[in-house]
Amino acid sequence: MTKRAPDVRSARLSREEIDRNFADLHPPLRRPEALIAADRCYFCFDAPCTIACPTGIDIPAFIQKIRSDNIRGSARTILEENIMGGMCARVCPTEVLCEEACVRNTHEDKPVEIGLLQRYATDPVLAARTQLFERAPSTGKRAAVVGGGPAGLSCAHRLAMLGHDVVVFSRDDKPGGLNEYGIAAYKTVDDFAQSEVDYILAIGGIEVKNGVSIGEDVTLDSLCKDFDAVFVGVGLGSVNSLGLDDESLSGVESAIDYIAELRQTDDKSALPVGQNVVVVGGGMTAIDIAVQSKRLGAERVDIVYRRGPEQMGASEFERHLAQINGVTIHHWAAPRRLIGNDHVSGIEFERTKLGTEGRLTTTGETMRFAADVVFKAIGQRLADEPIGSSIETERGRIVVDDEQRTSLENVWAGGDCVLGGDDLTVSAVQHGKVAAISIDRHLTEDTAWPT
Amino acid sequence: MADLSCEFLGIKSPNPFWLASAPPTDKAYNVHRAFEAGWGGAVWKTLGEDPPIVNVSGPRYSAIHSNDRRVIGFNNIELITDRPLQTNLDEIRQIKRDWPDRAVVVSVMLPMNEQTWAKYLPMIEDTGADAFELNFGCPHGMSERGMGAAVGQVPEYIQMAAEWAKSAASIPVIVKLTPNVANILPPAKAAKDGGADAVSLINTINSIMRVDYDSLTMYPATDGMGTHGGYCGEAVKPIALNMVAEIARTKETSGMPISGIGGITDWRDAVDFLALGASNVQVCTAAMVSGFKIIDDLTDGLSTFLDDKGMSAVSELVGRAVPSVTDWQYLNLNYVEKAVIDQDLCIKCGRCHVVCEDTSHQAITHTVNGERRFEVIDEECVGCNLCVSVCPVDRCITMRQLTGGKDPRTGVEISDEKLNWTHHPNNPMRQQD
Repeated sequence: MTKRAPDVRSARLSREEIDRNFADLHPPLRRPEALIAADRCYFCFDAPCTIACPTGIDIPAFIQKIRSDNIRGSARTILEENIMGGMCARVCPTEVLCEEACVRNTHEDKPVEIGLLQRYATDPVLAARTQLFERAPSTGKRAAVVGGGPAGLSCAHRLAMLGHDVVVFSRDDKPGGLNEYGIAAYKTVDDFAQSEVDYILAIGGIEVKNGVSIGEDVTLDSLCKDFDAVFVGVGLGSVNSLGLDDESLSGVESAIDYIAELRQTDDKSALPVGQNVVVVGGGMTAIDIAVQSKRLGAERVDIVYRRGPEQMGASEFERHLAQINGVTIHHWAAPRRLIGNDHVSGIEFERTKLGTEGRLTTTGETMRFAADVVFKAIGQRLADEPIGSSIETERGRIVVDDEQRTSLENVWAGGDCVLGGDDLTVSAVQHGKVAAISIDRHLTEDTAWPT
Repeated sequence: MADLSCEFLGIKSPNPFWLASAPPTDKAYNVHRAFEAGWGGAVWKTLGEDPPIVNVSGPRYSAIHSNDRRVIGFNNIELITDRPLQTNLDEIRQIKRDWPDRAVVVSVMLPMNEQTWAKYLPMIEDTGADAFELNFGCPHGMSERGMGAAVGQVPEYIQMAAEWAKSAASIPVIVKLTPNVANILPPAKAAKDGGADAVSLINTINSIMRVDYDSLTMYPATDGMGTHGGYCGEAVKPIALNMVAEIARTKETSGMPISGIGGITDWRDAVDFLALGASNVQVCTAAMVSGFKIIDDLTDGLSTFLDDKGMSAVSELVGRAVPSVTDWQYLNLNYVEKAVIDQDLCIKCGRCHVVCEDTSHQAITHTVNGERRFEVIDEECVGCNLCVSVCPVDRCITMRQLTGGKDPRTGVEISDEKLNWTHHPNNPMRQQD
């Protein structure tokens, strides 16, 4: 490998080029398109798409309302099951959820465009800030929600609807969680994440305290004392390390942190971008950082994943997106060594293969990539100082029952931080909703905590 | 390619597709364009007395659309021609001269007195027109003045006017019937009794399209007020087919040539009309929706169809399906069919299940051995064809005749013998023989 100075600089592309590259990935349907797309829905019995939706949106019902030009009614059908139906319409991997289940696939390989239709129905309601739900009479009960991401906001909204007062404690400067800080920029343009947060909060009864970290600024114990119920939706705070020496080399970065910076900056052309970028990982975050690096002007972007395509967390659609953006995906290689003195200049991988019982083994064969930037995108884990040591966890995640109840009385949890969380906004929203319904039941009925 | 040329009342035309009397045939300019495009004939937009009537200067048409804006049904409140009679006569004369191989029929609507008919018909015939069509069908505007459908709804008036027309004209007379009657046979018989050479049907159906959802007033409107119009387009075809078949299969009216009209949109619709007894067809809405070029699909499709059927002339198709139309009481009640779902074609949408469950006979499963699966339960299936009608996959659900053995639903042995209601034991009025 030839020695050369690290090439990491901003403004690889003009601002105009970058604006173009970060425009809406799936532009919204216009009315004629939406009406024709809606006409393709067969209004199935016990619809497979609805069964496939983690939040159980009655998809044929909302599409029928699009057909009959009842957009507000359509949005109500969506939002009553999923208050983040707008964001989910943009970021859900519909190709492995509702659209994969669509019966149209059988003979046509072209499902009803459910995601785009959901956006068509929800966009006008959010843009006009039309409130479709009213709060029930006050119960006088107070709930704390820890975490301002999809799980927390979903829980808070449903609790507020049910007449409870809610305080949301958010670690960040503004609520939204990964919707605000984590999702690829071209999936949620025009500050949609904050518009959606504003819409959710507008129901009333929800106070948001930003910049408050659990374990540092407040403790779970104190929240349990001060509130009638606590919901924990803190996500996964820490990024997994590669487990290599020299991970502190400059240029070795967390994909999550970089994306957060990218999402918050006013001028993407000012972001430092490597000429050669290597992404280690195989999930959605790996695709997001790879594609966004390419769209910021990186010359060469490689994703390296230690297993095969079938094991990747990124869906086929996401992998295709990476490929058409000029990203190369390499399989069956695990990181072994970072190369470089102060700044990373390359990374060495060792070829892997499946051994007995499906265990990954190494082959001894190595390969090297030149790298000005190495992104770690190999997953996250619950922050080291989570929420109190007394709560039961397993494999670094909080254990919950089917009502999202934890081992601690009056403490519920949901989203990525719980066991069974799957890094999807839509699942987090469902956890929050299910927890809120359970909280409401516990607060209004005499229900014993399960032991 | 099968030759489509045909004769109707001795009038030759290169194909059986005539433009119906309507806005497309109001002027020589339009008719000339139509003939250039290949239409076989035209029934000139209805002439009346001078001074001409006046049309509204506002919306005359509106439509029922599918979500991709395909026109399914169409409505109009336009009246007969609003141009001076002489202008029309001059243009008809010129068109017939320029297009001698095309049928040029003139539609007329006149007040109910014999002198008027005796005065105008010879003037019109002098243009060289091939036939008259008496407009006893227009359901709006003119009917308020005692013409159009107001005549067509009273068989005695039809017969009277047909007689006047026949005595004033030497060319054939076609009576155009209104569907706005309880029974089409008395008007058809009256036309025949009055000496008419043929009937044409249907004219448009009384209709109001909808309201305006903002103002909650009728739509479309003229200065805030609306009036009912005439409904046409593909939505009305089944109504027209029934009336055509009734005339064709009823002894008193059968044998009278029929010009079929009502929602003909593609060549298959023409096959329906011809097979059910029409000798040619007239088209308006399809042209008003797509322009005259649509004639190419109509003629090409019909010709190809005749080739496929081994037929060399349209006349071989005319009336072919008439013997298969009968009264309900003659249907064979011993005949049993069951629906069959082709599991290889089934996409598991479940529409067959839910409609059968909700609105019919609970004869389709939704789960079999714990799997989402839709199968017909022969013990419940009455063979109603609802599942076939709603299934989104063509030929996925078909009907299968049961022959021999018992009908699992009724437990009754299936008989080869025919049994209709006239002889059914449940019929207290059954015929004993």
